[in-house]
Amino acid sequence: MIIPFESVMNMTKAAYIHIPFCEQICHYCDFNKFLIKGQPVYDYLDAMEVEIKKLLDSYPARPIETIYIGGGTPTALEDEQLKRMLDIVTTHLQPIDGNIEFTVEANPSVTERKKLRILKNAGVNRLSIGVQAFQDSLLSALNRNHRREDVARMIREAHSVGFENISIDLMFGLPGQTLEMFQESVSLALQLNVPHISAYSLQVENQTVFGIRDRKGELSLPGEEKESDMFEYLIDILKQKGFLHYEISNFAKAGFESKHNQVYWKNEPYYGIGAGAHGYVKDIRYENVKPLPHYIRKLGEGGFPHRIVTRLDNKDRMEEEIFLGLRRKGGVNKETFYKKYNRPIEDVFPEQIDKLTAQGLLVNDTQSIRLTEKGLFLGNEVFQEFIGVI
Amino acid sequence: MSKEKKSGRQSRIRNFSIIAHIDHGKSTLADRILEQTSALTQREMKEQMLDAMDLERERGITIKLNAVQLTYKAKDGEEYIFHLIDTPGHVDFTYEVSRSLAACEGALLIVDAAQGIEAQTLANVYLALENDLEILPVINKIDLPSAEPERVRKEVEDVIGLDASDAVLASAKNGIGIEDILEQIVEKVPAPQGDPEAPLKALIFDSLYDSYRGVVAYIRITEGAVKVGDKIKMMATGKEFEVNELGVFTPKPVMKDELTVGDVGFLTASIKNVGDTRVGDTITTAKGGADTPLPGYRKMNPMVFCGLYPVDSNNYNDLREALERLELNDSSLQYEAETSQALGFGFRCGFLGLLHMEIIQERIEREFGIDLITTAPSVIYHVNLTSGEKLIVDNPANMPDAQTIDYVEEPYVKASIMTPNDYVGAVMEICQKKRGNFITMEYLDDIRVNVIYEIPLSEIVYDFFDQLKSSTKGYASLDYELIGYKQSKLVKMDILLNGEKIDALSVIVHRDFSYDRGKAVVDKLKELIPRHQFEIPVQAAIGQKIIARTNIRALRKNVLAKCYGGDISRKRKLLEKQKEGKKRMKTVGNVEVPQEAFMSVLRMDSDD
Repeated sequence: MIIPFESVMNMTKAAYIHIPFCEQICHYCDFNKFLIKGQPVYDYLDAMEVEIKKLLDSYPARPIETIYIGGGTPTALEDEQLKRMLDIVTTHLQPIDGNIEFTVEANPSVTERKKLRILKNAGVNRLSIGVQAFQDSLLSALNRNHRREDVARMIREAHSVGFENISIDLMFGLPGQTLEMFQESVSLALQLNVPHISAYSLQVENQTVFGIRDRKGELSLPGEEKESDMFEYLIDILKQKGFLHYEISNFAKAGFESKHNQVYWKNEPYYGIGAGAHGYVKDIRYENVKPLPHYIRKLGEGGFPHRIVTRLDNKDRMEEEIFLGLRRKGGVNKETFYKKYNRPIEDVFPEQIDKLTAQGLLVNDTQSIRLTEKGLFLGNEVFQEFIGVI
Repeated sequence: MSKEKKSGRQSRIRNFSIIAHIDHGKSTLADRILEQTSALTQREMKEQMLDAMDLERERGITIKLNAVQLTYKAKDGEEYIFHLIDTPGHVDFTYEVSRSLAACEGALLIVDAAQGIEAQTLANVYLALENDLEILPVINKIDLPSAEPERVRKEVEDVIGLDASDAVLASAKNGIGIEDILEQIVEKVPAPQGDPEAPLKALIFDSLYDSYRGVVAYIRITEGAVKVGDKIKMMATGKEFEVNELGVFTPKPVMKDELTVGDVGFLTASIKNVGDTRVGDTITTAKGGADTPLPGYRKMNPMVFCGLYPVDSNNYNDLREALERLELNDSSLQYEAETSQALGFGFRCGFLGLLHMEIIQERIEREFGIDLITTAPSVIYHVNLTSGEKLIVDNPANMPDAQTIDYVEEPYVKASIMTPNDYVGAVMEICQKKRGNFITMEYLDDIRVNVIYEIPLSEIVYDFFDQLKSSTKGYASLDYELIGYKQSKLVKMDILLNGEKIDALSVIVHRDFSYDRGKAVVDKLKELIPRHQFEIPVQAAIGQKIIARTNIRALRKNVLAKCYGGDISRKRKLLEKQKEGKKRMKTVGNVEVPQEAFMSVLRMDSDD
């Protein structure tokens, strides 16, 4: 039997699970998170289980292909809590297939190293480790709870437990960060022999310590020039070392590209599970309520814990297809676009594509539209052109 | 009403206004007076005000509470009719203040017991004295710990030359001294003179436009009387109308059949344009009217001009409608269509002063929802050509070629700046920097000095006041009046973006200051114009000669490289916001210029 493309697209094959607990709050983080001390962790996990069941009932899944457990700090859970959480996830989402990508975020701290075996035993096969920087001065400025020396230990431990697919996160554009510091971080990261590196530039968000300092004028950021130097350096050196720059912020050795993140960029549906999580099912994008008591209560009352639900029309979906797809090296595939929306991409955005191609920001060939090297640095300038024009 | 009754009533009318510096307690005192005289409780007063507001909401009637009729039962047993007339409070509106004062026989002079007299107060006191008003000093806020009523009393005597021995010591906030003030009004403010049988003379001291009634004129009857149905004539414009409604505010509007000598109230007569009820004009009857108008009428001429352009050129007609609507209510606003190469179609508008300009600009943006580009304000230059021809230039872009100019004259003002003596140095430094000529300096007392300069108006209209405030910790106050035109070495400075001259950024500067100004302007523009995908040279030029240059470097990175989880809505919002920000900019050539850049050519902050 041939399943129509349209309905396949509506079947969800990815799940994001949010564990909003931390032992320490980082100064830049504006995700939904709470200090774990005194929180009703088990009640939260029970509620999460209810949510997963509801989602599977209302929006059936294709066999799940990627699971990503993020936070917060999933490994902030105590051993038994962690086991319970993983048990819920594996029971309902059944990541038994060997091809599934099953990622958990972890930090390089001492306590978390000990939990790697629990993750391994539950079938987790990919780790995303929040390193951010290698300079203790920067780590303490970010209020991270690890130090430089913890990173190598963490990776050794992970290798010895049997993890190969490891990603580390780095940050650039940090207050007080110089190009030299960033270069050092990148070269230390490369010595760790991991097949995947994500590099994010700091965004100063309102409701964070950095946001407050910035408003008071107390945050001294490196600025656009230095940030550009860092980004340029990163792209060059990782290319030299055999990494593929497969998405604006992501670099991988061949075969180690994150499947889960690509679901977002390909504008495909995913379950978002947990307080403050975001999901995309059928034609709706939703955001869950953030406070734990609300989340737990709403599920207890039998409803979805949604805070915001946005129904997307075809126009929204086409726009998102572009501004998400262009983040990938491969860009937006013309055939896929046509199959999804029944219109050629050049028909929908004729002027935009011509203008951006002429500006040297976009490549337009028979297969796809995608960013040029210059376009990569000016992604937002490109994406904006596609918004609000149809 | 019998003749005797009329004259008895006239002798019990008291018309007064309140002169005070901002924050010296004018509105609080007005509230107290209202409470005590109208025998209204605070709650009733609020209700009355609310009634008025409901009316406003229902029928679109705007009620401006600037002439309120009150009744006061004095200690002598008589009931008096008070008219409290409000005055606008800024140097831009000096003429309006003087006309409001002309409608009174007396004025309460409120002086803060801690801060003493301020320049603005002084300016209005002189206006009141010019209008022969009886001035009753009130020393307010005497319950403040820092109050020095005796020092302030002496100051009133020394500085203004008023007898302040009877000055009421009051605290409007706590209701102290209010009755003394009311009794002094009865005793000291003269009853209105004038003959109820004489031909009508009514002074227009304010007006507003009401969409149902047309213009509502605020009037003071100086001679004679006016009745509903009378045919009236505006003496300055010669226009004739028939009176529809007469009334007073108590504060709610109460209709009357007749207003007579000494009365202060409102009049409507199906007048469609506030330009027909000019402040200061005299109303008389169409037949058998007065021969001569009341003295003091002046047609107000705008002093400051700027271009107003819609950011989105599709809003041109909306902007025209907005200006038409505002003009209905503001006879001093002038505008005419104008075209700029850089900005497209817009209007050159004239204002009384900078505050007036800001008010209009803000109302257009807020009430009519039109995003505006405002060009830097300009004054009127008199340009004398070598051919002997004389040009009036109110837009720097229209300044003729330098070779054809013999000389240029610009308007000067006499500026009185009152400041504590600690800041005299700072004040003089600003005035010198602003091309001022020192005239004199008067010590008002041991501490305060009145510094008088002649300064080009063009230097005042921009950030002079802000600079004055910031370098005197807010203590200095400013008053100014136009004194005439003087020859100056002025040149037009053009600004080029990406090699293209932007007419809307041209500015007239003094030749000796042009290099510094050019440098400051290009630096400011560099700061304000966002980076583009290409490098943008920013140049300042006089004629063909480039006098300052900088570059806005090309944008290198604008891409969101953040881990947002699956929060796609947020990414979208961020992109929408960035895009929206661009929409509010004006594309000039191929450069997107933010609104504030057009004003920046004059904003030369000292800290830059």
